[in-house]
Amino acid sequence: MKKKIFSKRYIIETMIEGSLMLSAVFSIFITLGIIFVLCYESLEFFKEIPIKDFLTGTVWTPLFANPQFGILPLVAGTLLTTAVAVSVALPIGLITAIYLSEYAPHKFRETVKPILELLEAVPTVVYGYFALLFLTPLLQKVFENLSGFNALSPGLIMGIMIVPYVGSVSEDALKAVPMHIREGSYAMGATKLQTAFKVLIPSAFSGIAAAFIMGISRAIGETMIVAIAAGMMPNFTANPMEPIQTLTSYIVQVSLGDLPHGTIEYKTIFAAGIVLFIMTLSFNIIGFWLKKRIREAY
Amino acid sequence: MSTKTKQFNEIIKAEAKNLNFYYGDFHALKGLDFKVSEKKVTALIGPSGCGKTTFLRCFNRMHDLYPNNRYEGEILMYPDEINIVGDNIDPIEVRMRISMVFQKPNPFPKTIYENVAYGLRVRGIRGKDIIDERVEKSLRGAALWDEVKDRLHEHAFNMSGGQQQRLCIARALATDPEILLFDEPTSALDPIATSKVEELIVELKKVLTILIVTHNMQQAARISDYTAFMYVGELVEFGDTDTIFTAPTQKLTEEYITGRFG
Amino acid sequence: MKETLQELKKKIAKRKFYNKIFAFIGFISTTVGIILLAVLFIDLAIDGAQRISYKFFTSFPSRFPEEAGILSAWVGTCLVMIVTAAAAVPLGVGAGIYLEEYAKKNWFTNLIEININNLAGVPSIIYGLLALGLFVYFFNFGESVLTGGLALALLILPIVIMATREAIRAIPNSMREAAYALGATKWQTVKDHIIPYSIGGILTGIIIGMSRAIGETAPIITVGALTFIAFLPPSPIEPEFPFLNFKWLMAPFTVMPIQMFNWVSRPQQAFHLNAAAAGIVLLVMTLLMNALAIYIRYKFRKKIKW
Repeated sequence: MKKKIFSKRYIIETMIEGSLMLSAVFSIFITLGIIFVLCYESLEFFKEIPIKDFLTGTVWTPLFANPQFGILPLVAGTLLTTAVAVSVALPIGLITAIYLSEYAPHKFRETVKPILELLEAVPTVVYGYFALLFLTPLLQKVFENLSGFNALSPGLIMGIMIVPYVGSVSEDALKAVPMHIREGSYAMGATKLQTAFKVLIPSAFSGIAAAFIMGISRAIGETMIVAIAAGMMPNFTANPMEPIQTLTSYIVQVSLGDLPHGTIEYKTIFAAGIVLFIMTLSFNIIGFWLKKRIREAY
Repeated sequence: MSTKTKQFNEIIKAEAKNLNFYYGDFHALKGLDFKVSEKKVTALIGPSGCGKTTFLRCFNRMHDLYPNNRYEGEILMYPDEINIVGDNIDPIEVRMRISMVFQKPNPFPKTIYENVAYGLRVRGIRGKDIIDERVEKSLRGAALWDEVKDRLHEHAFNMSGGQQQRLCIARALATDPEILLFDEPTSALDPIATSKVEELIVELKKVLTILIVTHNMQQAARISDYTAFMYVGELVEFGDTDTIFTAPTQKLTEEYITGRFG
Repeated sequence: MKETLQELKKKIAKRKFYNKIFAFIGFISTTVGIILLAVLFIDLAIDGAQRISYKFFTSFPSRFPEEAGILSAWVGTCLVMIVTAAAAVPLGVGAGIYLEEYAKKNWFTNLIEININNLAGVPSIIYGLLALGLFVYFFNFGESVLTGGLALALLILPIVIMATREAIRAIPNSMREAAYALGATKWQTVKDHIIPYSIGGILTGIIIGMSRAIGETAPIITVGALTFIAFLPPSPIEPEFPFLNFKWLMAPFTVMPIQMFNWVSRPQQAFHLNAAAAGIVLLVMTLLMNALAIYIRYKFRKKIKW
């Protein structure tokens, strides 16, 4: 609707709207900035290292005298810790969600949920300390061949750390199932357990899948726990007992040193960064898409 | 449409001429012609979805708040003959002259005093004395002063539903509007609170023009001078309230007011 | 074929039994996280409590674990947080208000929304790489408090935006209509109603974002904060006119989590005690902030019931 008014009020209103809009548009620039910085520096990297060697090489020794730039060990390390984390977070997260949304009394839920949220508030460096100096020695009593740095211990801690996230997204999905669907099941004489597994989980499937996918993405991007407790060894292995290195902890390792701007070693962190970004982005997009489907379902 | 009315002997405050309104593609109001007499109560009645609230909300441009709404035609407000729904008219100017009371009481979560003062503050009126005076006058006008004069700085949410609605009326009165719009103002109230609001409306027409949407035909009969019956976006019949309720000319009107549909 | 009542009762009893078992498993998995939190806190307390003293807060790091403290770290954290808040609060709240109150539903708004959702899922270390490429080298802010604070501001921006939007969305539309019907302009409605009625939720989001920023380590390491720093940045407040000094923005710095990380990574056990002590301080800070956020949310929810 056109307004032919250029009063003082109109000008002030327009200026305020404009500046609010700029702050919203700013978020687009962050994304563009990320893409630009990652692409710019890694293009420099790929000028020197063929992209095929980078993606298929199984040895990652960029800081050695005779450097080799195969990203697979870092990807493997990332996937290994993620797999450990996810195998803890998914079942516990889903069971917690079902328990909180279907079983727990209202008061219990209202008390427990904020406490669970605190798990996400704990600084990850504190979790790293805990994984390295508490959990690993404890696990070594059970698994004698567990080395001091390993993928298992940080993976487990990461898993518990993302339980509240997986739990709350799953719970939202379960809550979105309309009451009449539950009532239909109860009216047939089903127990809560049967209703949960035979009716609610299938109905809320895409939301729960979104929780899982986004949980995986979080585990892939987690940095400090693995940087502290998983070691800095780019082993190409699937054994969680061994020390490994993830994409994220490699970036930390390099950043801690004093690498001059512009060297090939400096550029490796952007190459590792772009791989990390693409991995998390694809999981996030799938998760986002799945989450959107819940809203459309009802 | 038949116009059997003594209205032309009175001063006309506002007049819709071939007013059309669209929600996107949906044609909600279809070519309404309609006159509102000054210092009278005009009631809009009709079944749910007939467009009466939509029509009322045209008068203070509430439809501008949502996208894809479109007016066509005009609503002229006298004496200056501005077209309320014209593209070149600032909706804020319209709302400063035409106030509205909503279906559900919607006081702001502020004190009673601040609720009434808000319209004045929006107009840039400062000065405690003048605001104090206008707040008292409006609360008296809304028959609320005696109940709240000792607790003006209490939270408005602590009042009863009926008091909240009268507070909303006081809030609308504080800025001396020329027309006051009521959108089913008593539908959320109990019978006692309803009768208080009704008495108030009759009292208020001494000073301003009132347009009221109501679901309740007895209410229209009790308080209004003129009644318009609407059906699926069209004005079926308009006339003085006595005639509409005792001798409607249209069959549809008769069926509605005798409760055969609605 | 019809089962007898007896058989049916048996089946029901069995199903009820399974149901009870699941309820028990559910309770256990819900409490796993809480137990971990408790154990973590006790473990830190046992190791770190002996190091916590007045001296610990007033000493610089040192080669000798007993003498090392967190002075430069907590001062650095405070300064970085000032920058983070100054950037993230206006941008985040402004964007939230725009998206809820002003933006028209079109492809561009949709794009911004998807983008913010996506930014919330970007690993924090990527923000570090962004800050390294952009702030350190492109804008030449160097490895400074400013760079660190801005990196964290970008990181928590999605949190602040989403909290603002959620808080605003809880305000019923009747409030907006009431304000507009009285002739208020859009900005008057926002300033007099939308912001005051959603301030509880907005504050909660800001505090949660800040507590996240305090604990973040990875992006700060990436921008090249020092791990050993035995001096303080220039003070932001001066005794003489104009009383404020912005040289600290460009000073090198360290923060609490980096100090802790540095101590954890040392092989000597004595430093691990320092790490635990720093962990206690960090944990107390973040948990207090979260408790405050929960309290504010609770209090405002009680105060305004729509």
